[in-house]
Formats: sequence, structure tokens, C-alpha cells
Amino acid sequence: MQPTTKESHHAAEAHEEHHHEELGFLRKYIFSTDHKVIGIQYGITGLAFLFFGFCLMLLMRWQIAYPGRSIPFFGPLLERMLGSDVAGGGVMSANLYNSFGAMHGTIMVFLAIVPLAFAAFGNYVVPLMIGAPDMAFPRVNMASYQSYVLGSIIMVVSFFIPGGAAQAGWTSYSPLATSIDTNGQTFWLIGMIFLITSSLLGAVNFIATIIQLRAPGMTWMRLPFFVWAQFVTAFLLLLAFPPLEAAGVMQLMDKVAHTSFFLPTGLSVSGQIAPISGGGSPLLWQHLFWFLGHPEVYVLILPAMGIVCEIIANNTRKPIWGYKSLVYSVLAIGFISFIVWAHHMYLTGMGTKISTFFQTTTMIISIPSVIILTCMFISLWGGSIRFNTPMLFVLAFLPMFGIGGLTGLPLGFNFSDIHLHDTYYVIAHFHYVVAPGTIFALFGGVYYWFPKITGRMMNEWWGKVHFWLSLVFINLVFQPMFAQGMAGMLRRMSDGGVNYSMAQNQGGVIGGLSDAMIHLNVTVSHAAWALGLAQLPFIINFFWSIKNGRKVTSDNPWESTTLEWQTPTPPPHGNFAHAPQVFRGPYEYSVPGKPRDFTLQNEA
Amino acid sequence: MQTEILPYIVEPRKDTGLYNAKVGIWLFLASEVMLFGALFSSYILLRVGAAEGTWPHHLLNIPLGTINTLVLICSSVTVVMSWASLKLNQWSKYKFYQAITILCALIFLGIKSFEYTDKFTHYEVVLKNGTSMTGHVEGSPLFLNLNKLKAAKTESIGFHPDAHASGHAEGAKGEAGGHGEGMKIATADITKLECFGPWHSTYLAIYFTLTGLHALHVFAGACVIFAIWGPLAGLWKKDPERYTNRVEVSGLFWHFVDLVWIFLFPVLYLL
Repeated sequence: MQPTTKESHHAAEAHEEHHHEELGFLRKYIFSTDHKVIGIQYGITGLAFLFFGFCLMLLMRWQIAYPGRSIPFFGPLLERMLGSDVAGGGVMSANLYNSFGAMHGTIMVFLAIVPLAFAAFGNYVVPLMIGAPDMAFPRVNMASYQSYVLGSIIMVVSFFIPGGAAQAGWTSYSPLATSIDTNGQTFWLIGMIFLITSSLLGAVNFIATIIQLRAPGMTWMRLPFFVWAQFVTAFLLLLAFPPLEAAGVMQLMDKVAHTSFFLPTGLSVSGQIAPISGGGSPLLWQHLFWFLGHPEVYVLILPAMGIVCEIIANNTRKPIWGYKSLVYSVLAIGFISFIVWAHHMYLTGMGTKISTFFQTTTMIISIPSVIILTCMFISLWGGSIRFNTPMLFVLAFLPMFGIGGLTGLPLGFNFSDIHLHDTYYVIAHFHYVVAPGTIFALFGGVYYWFPKITGRMMNEWWGKVHFWLSLVFINLVFQPMFAQGMAGMLRRMSDGGVNYSMAQNQGGVIGGLSDAMIHLNVTVSHAAWALGLAQLPFIINFFWSIKNGRKVTSDNPWESTTLEWQTPTPPPHGNFAHAPQVFRGPYEYSVPGKPRDFTLQNEA
Repeated sequence: MQTEILPYIVEPRKDTGLYNAKVGIWLFLASEVMLFGALFSSYILLRVGAAEGTWPHHLLNIPLGTINTLVLICSSVTVVMSWASLKLNQWSKYKFYQAITILCALIFLGIKSFEYTDKFTHYEVVLKNGTSMTGHVEGSPLFLNLNKLKAAKTESIGFHPDAHASGHAEGAKGEAGGHGEGMKIATADITKLECFGPWHSTYLAIYFTLTGLHALHVFAGACVIFAIWGPLAGLWKKDPERYTNRVEVSGLFWHFVDLVWIFLFPVLYLL
């Protein structure tokens, strides 16, 4: 940031006084141990991967809408970059489609949303909210980011190796994953081990920080809900990721040392009996994967709920309704999320008794989720709501996440899941949770904390343009998929369902999809590309506002109660000018008898 | 080095009674429990799912495993003693005990690599007439297989079958111990030649994965303990309490590594 006015000159001088030795560029921005710099590093890298993963899908959407046709402009580019065997004539081959599909999932979950929701927002905001000078282990924090970068480099490099990136979906089911003739899966597994290490280091750090570094007076029930959400998320990462790491090591052994952990006796690949010892269990991989995979869903959503809660309290100018219910619900979700994983596996033939157990726990976990959403809806009641950009995104989160959650119920019942399993309905369901759910909350968070990080506001009008266009198009993308899925259209087909329409043309409707359903592919693709264009206002607004946004006139532009606004802007190394002392809960808005409609947590 | 701005690096926080690193290491160990727990669970599932009579028994050398168990238990004791010595301000005793810890780690890894090599030079051979034998190939080559034989255009191999067809426990005692007469096998007669590596059976796969991961932990722990013991020992003069805490934290990790072995030994060697 360029200091342009007198005021910021003073700020810069004060900043230099604070830590005497001026750090070089490398130490300050690349190998920094400051939680704020690391948070920003995670944020920028995560946003870049969010865009990259989205672009992969935009290319896939062409192949779904117009199967076998050359992709305009980008097709020849792909052919030149990846070779004519995978993108000959600019047409996306089935192998390339599978690679992009697998990597879209991997990148979005592990390289974009988790780093953004947990690592970026958590790193920047949590220590400020609890009144800490930094994270408990600053160097571990740096190692966490570097491990993440290493893992992502390995993932990206795998696109360019012969045979291309992993093709077995983000779930990497064995034996498919180890049978496909590409080393992409090996890259994927090694990359995942780095990413898991990264989130392990981050999780340890977050929990230790929240336990040890709360400011005096910041008791557990005075923690902002965002901190609680991050606390539970960190536990999920800490305890759910290691089994995937174990599974990853075993699959790596299958791939590299030719063991048979996940390969059954008598496995035949391409019509030949595979030269393996056999005796392994493909189901074991699925159990270990989903033991991470389901808590991971809550890793994606809980930080988003935390952001939503902060922004709602701030913009309704009243206390959050049912703070304690929120805290206990988020803890309950944390516990129960460890015993619901096999609802992803109803069709594996693991038995009706086991299915019934997991069906029951799955229904039980929806209760605390509903409590959280209900508390947030009721919090809106009677508030004089400020409809600024962050609040708009958060308000949209509530019904969008609601749709995502409610459409999950038919998937949680094993009898209705038989019909819906592996169809576009599933895609629509979980994208409603993660895209207009989590990602909208993340956008809200970016608009909300931007002034704390840069000292400038993002442009409000363009923010609203970004919001309304995103809201319309994201629904046009995912709403039709419910219909396609219920009509029986399977996911992961590289031809967008052409085989279905052929089945119909061969006389009758058996197994066929109606033309209307197939044609929805085109509608969805156009909506997806429009959604891509709708992100341009955000990208431009983001970078433009860093230098040219309206300067904030106070350290607390949203008039918030929580501690992160009680630091200088942007916060210097060590964060607080004076160590804060906390006297009250996080959401004391519009307290009767007070001169202002917000009472600071550190106000005696 | 940036100036320290964090509290509770050395002195414990009042309401938790812990310093930061201690919270950190316990959380890390919780995660490790899940990592090894997943592998142990996989072991159980694979074993339960194995076809009857196919799960191998007594494939490993129990005396060597017992020695390794004793070595690690010994190192656990010396780790505690070294920390206690620091608490009593007895620097040279600390140096002595921790040296034994590192020595124990090296002995453990040495024995482990001997066991590994033993497996990599022990072969199963299946002949065209259907007979299957286990034993050693003359010259004790590592990782030999049929493809390598053919590629090297070897006409035949010298083979020393194990005296006990069922197991290897006796055979491992030494070349002379349990071996029958040497014989010559023509490459053309062999349909399968495979050493007892991880690819040989699911049991060996989980054995190598679990013990390999454990050995990595032993190695890493020994490196950390050595680093604190040697290159980073200067901290003792500057901040003895912080130094003692480091020894305590590395000791906690070391105890965990020992504990994993205490589970590994019966599960893989005895059951």
C-alpha cells in the first residue's frame, strides 16, 4: 500500500517503531511468520485456485453442452499445452474430461475452500478476535502455508505429465484409481500428503491459540461465534484428516510398491487378471475416505456459518438470537460428523443394518444444523437491517444453504438414495451447500474484513452488481440439475448424456432422457459462463480497491463490537497497541441506556 | 529472529496450567493416534476379510522383535531420566541419558533394517509343475523376480529351500540353521519368483507400511532429540526453563512412538 496522506505516513512510522529491524521483502511477504501476512497469503492463493478450479469446470461445461465439438479459442490452447492425444482438434477427450472433473473437485475442496474458509479467514481474524498478538506457533504457521503451496504445485504439475492428472474423481476410489494408466494418481496422493500436513499444522496451531492466547476476560462464552466455528473446524481437520493420510499412504503403496490394500483377489484390468497378491478391500478405501470426507463437509460449512453470524449481528444491530444454542449446536455437529460417513456408501452393499445406523445418525446431525440456521433467521427478526454488500451475500446464504441442506435429506435416506445416487441431483445438492452457501459467505467475509486488512472499502455499487448477477446465475446453474438428476441423468459422463438421448431415439423411452432434460445442459452451461463473467466485477473491484478504494475514517468502519476492530488499521506486527481486556459478550448491540448502538467487548 | 511477542512460551497459563508447546504436542499426538488408529483398523479389516487359512503366521523373527521392544522401553526410561536431570539442574547426567536414548534409536533402526533385508532376500518360488517353495537364492540378491532373471538372461539359479515349509521363524536364525540341500532351478521352469516384500501378501503389505511409518517416526524423533541435545544446546545457558520444556515435549513424542511399537509388536509378531 502506498502511503499517500499525512495520516498514513504517521501510521507507517508508528509501524516501523513497533518492530525495530525492518524486515526484507522475503522475510516480510514470503517467509513471514505474522498471522496476518500468512492469512493474506492463504487468501490470495486460495482465491486464485477458486478461479482456476472454476475455469476447469467452465471448459467441461462446453463438452457437456456440445459434446465432441471443438472448444472455441481455448480448445487449440489446450491442445498445444496438453498434447493432441488428450485434446486433439481442440476437442476435450474423455480422459481429459475425467482429469478436469477429478481436479475440479480436488482443487475446489482442498486448494480453494478449506484454505480460504479455514486458513485465510481463520489466520487473519481469529487471533484479532480473541485479542492475541499472533498465533501460538508462528513458525509452524509459516510451515503450514509452505506445505500447502508445495502440495498445490504438485497437483498443478500433474496436469502436464504424460497421461495427465488423476482421473478417478476427487474421491479416488480404488481399484479404479490405481488401475488407470497415468502417474497422475501418484502425484495426487503425494500432493494430498503435503496438503494434509498443512492442515494438520494449521489445526494444531488454531486450537492451541484459542485455548492459550485468549485475552484476559475473554472467557469461552464470550468468544465470537466465528471463533467457535473455527475451533470446531480445527478439531475436525485434526482428527478426520489422518485416516485419509493413512489411506493415501496405502493407496500410494498400491500404486508404487504394488501392494493390494484396496485390490481384491481376482481383480481383472482390461480383461487381464492383474499380477497382484490380492486379498485387499475396495470398501476399506471408501470407509477411510469418507471418514475424512464427511467431516470435511463441515470443515467447508462451519467457518462460513461463523462469518454469517458475525455479519448478521453487525448489520441487524442486535444480539444474535440464541448464542448458547449456536455454540452447543456447533459442538454437537463436530461430534456427530464423525459417525455419519457411510451414508455416502449406501449402494456399496455394506448391509441394511449398517445403512440404517448411518441413516439415523445422518438425520440426527441435521438437527443442530437446523438450529443454527433457525437462530440466524430469528436474529433478523425486528432488526433495522443495513443492506450493504456483505449483508446481501449473507442474507442469500441463508435460503441457499437451506436448499442445499433440505435437498440432502432424500440422499440421507437409503431408500430414496438408491434412485438419486450418483446423479446430477447429488451435484446440485452439495453445490448448493458449498457454492451459494460457503462461497457466498466467503464473499461476504471478503467485503466485510477488506477495510480492516487494507484500510479501504471495496466499491459498494459494483459489489451489489457482483452479488445480484452471481445470485441469479448460480441458481440457473444448479436448479436445473435437480431436475436432471431426478430424471435419472448420471454424473461424471464425458458426453453430457448423449448416450441417454440415443437410447431414446432407438424407439421408446426406456432408459432415455427427454430432449428437454438433455437441452438443460445448454442452459446450465450458458448460466455457468455468465456466472464466470459475473465474477469480473469482483476481481476488478478487489484489486482496484486495494489502491483506490474509499479510505476508512475510523478503525471500526462497520461499528462492530468485536475485538478485531480495536486494532490500528491495518494491524501492525503484534496487533494491539495496548493488550485488550474483555468485559462482555461479543454481540452487545443496541443495549438500552448506552449512548451508542454498539458496546465494545473491551469497554468497561 | 523477530522479538518474542507471545505469552506462555515458558510459563504456564493460569487457567489451563499448560504452556503453549505442551498443548500443541498433545494435539499433534491426538492426530497421530488417528493416523495409526486408521492403519490398525485397516489391519483388522484386512485380516478379518482374508480367506480362511491365507493369513500368514510367525513370518517374523520373534527374538529380534523382543530385543527391539526392550530397546525402545529402555529409551523411554532414559528420556524421562534426562528430563528429570534437567529439572534437578544436572546437565552432564542429561547429556548422558539422552545419548543413550539416541543410541537406542539407532540400535532399533539397525535391527529393523536387518529384518527388512532378511525379508527382501527371502523368496517364494513356484515351478511349472506346481510345486511351491520358500527359501534363499544363492548370492542373497535383493528384490529378484522372474522378469529380472529373464532380462539378465540367467539360465538357472541356485536355491536353498527352507527346512520348514510352513514358516520362516526358524529359517531366519541364520543361513546354516534351517536350510536344506541347495538345488539348481532352471529359469525356464519357474512361473513365479518373488521375495517377501510388501507386494507378496496383504499381511506383508500392512507389516511394511506400519513398521515403515513407525520407523520414520523413530528416525524423526531421534533427529529432534539429537538436535536439542547437540546443535541447540546453547539455549540451556540462556533460558534453562524453555530448554527443559523442549526436552519434555520431544520426550512426549518419543513416548508416543514407543507406545505405537508396544501395540505393533504383539499385533504383527505374535498374533
